[in-house]
Amino acid sequence: MIAEAGLAALWLAAALALLQLVLAFAPAKLPGGTAPVRSVAIIQGALTLFALAMLMLLFVRSDMSVLLVAANSHSAKPLIYKLAGAWGNHEGSMLLWVTVLGVAGAILAAFSRRLDERTFAAALGAQGALALGFFGFLLFASNPFARLDPPAMEGRGLNPLLQDPGLVFHPPTLYLGYVGLSVAFSLAVGALVTGRVDSALAKAMRPWVLGAWILLTLGITAGSYWAYYELGWGGWWFWDPVENASLMPWLAATALLHSVNVLAARDSLRAWTVMLAMVAFSMSMVGTFLVRSGILTSIHAFAVDPHRGTFLLALLAVYVGAAFALFAARSGRLSEGPRFELVSREAALVGNNLLLTVILGIVFLGTLYPLFVEAATGEKLSVGAPYFNAVAGPIALVLALLIGVGPLLNWRRDGGDRLKRLAVPALVGVTVLLIALFVIPGGGLLPKLGLGAAATLAIASLLPLAGRKLRRTPLSTWGMVVAHFGVAVAIVGMAGSELTTKEVLIAARPGERITVGPWLVEFNSVSPAAGPNWTALEAELRASRGGGVAVLKPQSRFYSDPPTETNEAAIETVLSGQLYTVLGKPAEDWRWQLRLWWKPLVTLIWLGGALIALGGTLALGGRAWRGWRRRRI
Amino acid sequence: MRPKHQRLTLVAAALLAIAAAALLAMWGLKDRAAYFYTPAEVAAGKAAAGQPIRLGGMVEMGSIERMRDGVTVRFRIEDGQARVPVEFRGILPDLFKEGSGAVAEGRLRADGTFAADNILAKHDERYMPPELGNQAAGHKASETLDQ
Repeated sequence: MIAEAGLAALWLAAALALLQLVLAFAPAKLPGGTAPVRSVAIIQGALTLFALAMLMLLFVRSDMSVLLVAANSHSAKPLIYKLAGAWGNHEGSMLLWVTVLGVAGAILAAFSRRLDERTFAAALGAQGALALGFFGFLLFASNPFARLDPPAMEGRGLNPLLQDPGLVFHPPTLYLGYVGLSVAFSLAVGALVTGRVDSALAKAMRPWVLGAWILLTLGITAGSYWAYYELGWGGWWFWDPVENASLMPWLAATALLHSVNVLAARDSLRAWTVMLAMVAFSMSMVGTFLVRSGILTSIHAFAVDPHRGTFLLALLAVYVGAAFALFAARSGRLSEGPRFELVSREAALVGNNLLLTVILGIVFLGTLYPLFVEAATGEKLSVGAPYFNAVAGPIALVLALLIGVGPLLNWRRDGGDRLKRLAVPALVGVTVLLIALFVIPGGGLLPKLGLGAAATLAIASLLPLAGRKLRRTPLSTWGMVVAHFGVAVAIVGMAGSELTTKEVLIAARPGERITVGPWLVEFNSVSPAAGPNWTALEAELRASRGGGVAVLKPQSRFYSDPPTETNEAAIETVLSGQLYTVLGKPAEDWRWQLRLWWKPLVTLIWLGGALIALGGTLALGGRAWRGWRRRRI
Repeated sequence: MRPKHQRLTLVAAALLAIAAAALLAMWGLKDRAAYFYTPAEVAAGKAAAGQPIRLGGMVEMGSIERMRDGVTVRFRIEDGQARVPVEFRGILPDLFKEGSGAVAEGRLRADGTFAADNILAKHDERYMPPELGNQAAGHKASETLDQ
């Protein structure tokens, strides 16, 4: 009954999404204003949440008469992975996606008070239209509640790579970010329908963009760290299509975040902001299509099913096509708002948007290029780090420098007086660059330029605080400074670890000593170990550096359901970096393969990501706090 | 600047950014995309030495040979028509075995050996590189024909 209840809730929610669409665009004016549409959106959100809860309940109960549970779960799995396993597969993760969409619509309906009624109703209609398509996809092409008759005796288990705390947080965080952008999309569509693109729209849109962007930042950062320790390859970003699928909405959302501020503060960049809001969620849908169609080679590609791909592509084409057609028809009527000069905060933000757009375009084309080529010529190819680093990297560094400049400029017009303050950071940056060029052997030009740019930005990003009373500085300004400083920290991590990582790959006997960077690693033993649903071979490594000693236990694990081996890296984190160890296969003469990395500065990558998200949170919290206080007074 | 001019400037800047992205991408993709080849295609001389490529097929039975250093391995990748010797230094993926599908990333040396930087193996029943999926299917079909 649980599965049927979940399915019924989905059908009901789909019907309500249709009703929401009809009510919002009903030609006759309904009594009660937007109240009926609001209620429908809220009930629809509650129903999707109910359906997701039902699916999680089925996983917890290991109900093997449900196809999805039998195919992806196992009764002996720890409870937490039964729960999270609900979205560790195609159908379940699409249900999570739709749930976030429904709940976002419900929250918009329940709490948004800033907008005029017509724009608001149209936005809820757009949200209903989005939900309707994805309900269709779920019900007709990816039913998570399909029964299995006769029931399976036991489930096939969850891919061990996914049996990790990362699975509990990473997909929901990313999906909240992805789909949170749907509200910005719907608001933009609503405003185009009524022609009211103004700072009220921007203020309604801003918390959604900021919130989605914070979650995307966290999701990407956490996903990067997850891949880093779980895959045992020592890398933190692989330019995997699925990683790119999360990076593209983030790039668009970052641009939108900045332009929505211009619209809110200055009522300028109207058509521009609306366009970006549409692009941002379109990128979320492109990402969903890439991941869920399994069309690209990826660790995330669960299964290749051409029907699903076609269905998603059709949805994508309809929504993106309709939104852009609306934009083409209506944007001409929007006036562009107050003017600004070439040297001004607005102009710097336009520059930021343009550079982010260029990077987005480069990532987009690189990610889809294999598809285009295969469709056109039948040839298969892959595009990886060499392309993305070489083409997008330098532009990202130019952007990093611009980040240091923009916040020092005034709105509308600026004489450039405060730019003189940039002399110090520029000088420091050049010095760091020269030191890197002459002291660090090899390693390529880009990471060295990165260190220089990051040094400049690290200091320049603090300048907006100079000469201010720190306690009276608004939280949103603090947020900006923290986030921009975080960008510098992340770049130092990326460039620094790239330049200074030491790697040793060796077949060693127990008792041997290995040197990697400043560490002396003593290989003590290999012994068996066991967990709830795995057995392992575990190496014991005693690593010392100066006075400090650490014991690391990398494992080679064997899972039985499904039968899989994984490498569990053992990582020792110290202030200056990480020692990363992997146990490989046995080699002849009682030796074992060991792979050791000393990765200085690598932790700064994720620390930077966390700072960027923290900056966003400060800005969001500061605005919410001020809004709340204003209402109280 | 008059509002209308400002608008035109913005539109022009946006178009310029998109064009710049497209040009940069085309320039970068020209020699940085790694093409996927089968051993038969390599034997036919389609892949230039030194060019980063991906080589996919089956690991030939009895071809895995481990070197004395304990971390270098040599084997051959075949597709029923041709085979290419591969050398790889590193930890092999867990499901890498003879008679099973694998994709090697790296470049062809002048002596005809493929120097692999990375080896991808069929991961489990549900995850495998799509190229390999098609190929494994083709391979099975050819086996059936042989019988």
